[in-house]
Amino acid sequence: MKKVITVEKAVEMINDGTTLMIGGFATIGKPETIINAMCQKGVKGLTVIANDSGRPEEDIGKLIVNHQISRILATHVGTNPETGRQVMNKELELELVPQGTMAERIRAGGSGLGGVLTPTGVGTLVAEGKQIIKVDEREFLLEKPIRAEIAIIKAHKADEKGNLIFRRAARNFNTVMATAADIVIAEVDEMVPVGTIDPDEVMVPGNFIDYIVKE
Amino acid sequence: MDKKDIIAKRVAQEFSDGQFINLGIGIPTLAAKYVPNETKVILHAENGAIDIGALNPGEEADPDLVNGGGEYASINPGGAIADSVMSFCIIRGGHLDATVLGAMEVDQCGNLANWSVPGKMIAGMGGAMDLAIGAKRVIVAMEHTNRDGSARILKQCTLPLTAQRVVDLIVTNLCVFGVTKHGLVLHELAPGVSMETVEKNTEAEFIVSPQVKEMQI
Repeated sequence: MKKVITVEKAVEMINDGTTLMIGGFATIGKPETIINAMCQKGVKGLTVIANDSGRPEEDIGKLIVNHQISRILATHVGTNPETGRQVMNKELELELVPQGTMAERIRAGGSGLGGVLTPTGVGTLVAEGKQIIKVDEREFLLEKPIRAEIAIIKAHKADEKGNLIFRRAARNFNTVMATAADIVIAEVDEMVPVGTIDPDEVMVPGNFIDYIVKE
Repeated sequence: MDKKDIIAKRVAQEFSDGQFINLGIGIPTLAAKYVPNETKVILHAENGAIDIGALNPGEEADPDLVNGGGEYASINPGGAIADSVMSFCIIRGGHLDATVLGAMEVDQCGNLANWSVPGKMIAGMGGAMDLAIGAKRVIVAMEHTNRDGSARILKQCTLPLTAQRVVDLIVTNLCVFGVTKHGLVLHELAPGVSMETVEKNTEAEFIVSPQVKEMQI
């Protein structure tokens, strides 16, 4: 199967109401080409799972400003005042998730686990409505898995099999999100011939990647 | 010296050579500036960058490398990159020697509130809840009072908590408190600060260490 597709083909898969994971942390490691195409397409009612909601003029921030997202799970939205404004006005539903819990819930979603037990959030607002499980006298929250219909992630290098290499801190949530969606689309800076990436250096094996969009 | 620099400079004295540390944004990040040259600490950022520092003057920013606050950073020789899962394994799993966090409120039980003020603009906890629960030592670095002079070292936190009973040390522009199972212990007073000033600006109950001394800054 040929995995390399155009960005137009990629956004054809993203429709009104799609549940979407978007990789990245602050300004780096976000699949900007695909996000820009989503802005142009004008898909609405998205559920987005991402570390943060960017800045108003950048990446996920633009999807917020355009009112394309109706629900977002994020760890931090402080760099985009528009997110907070829409949440206060009930135009946007926000679930704040501690960053480590977000990573583990996605890992659980991609690994076939029923959830994770974490001490993070015990005794805080995060614990509301969640089951508390005692293990050897210590309290943990049961945090459920997260999956998405589509994950859009950003890598530095790929071969046509979908083997990925990331650069610096742009790896962040991109690796784990590649495991936890029905369809995974990787936007990459560079395509290299199969065989030129040493197997020891592959950061996400190609089996996880359905499609590749060259930036 | 500016209040923030007093706090940052005192916090930096808590670090020892080879320690693996995460610094929160604001005053905690400022502490990196005051770490003595002979003390090499390894700084961790939530995004998985390990052994990072501020950009050197004239150094070109790498577009793929930022610190936990989203500012461009540099990575030292011997540095490493983890993904978010491993980064929070480091944080939550007790692999950090210490974290330094800012706070809005701390109380005499060591409860920490630093992520949410109901009714105010929504930001989110980011990695703070995991850091507070997971690091071997939690150091709070903050100005002693709010801008209006009201106390923020309290008998009991009023804001939504970040984590329960996690704080080990509180460093402010007025003093240093240790948090023990018997409550707060005053260890140091900043130069020129009297016991009365600390009492007046602290709602929490505290005991005074018999070895109380002046902060060396």
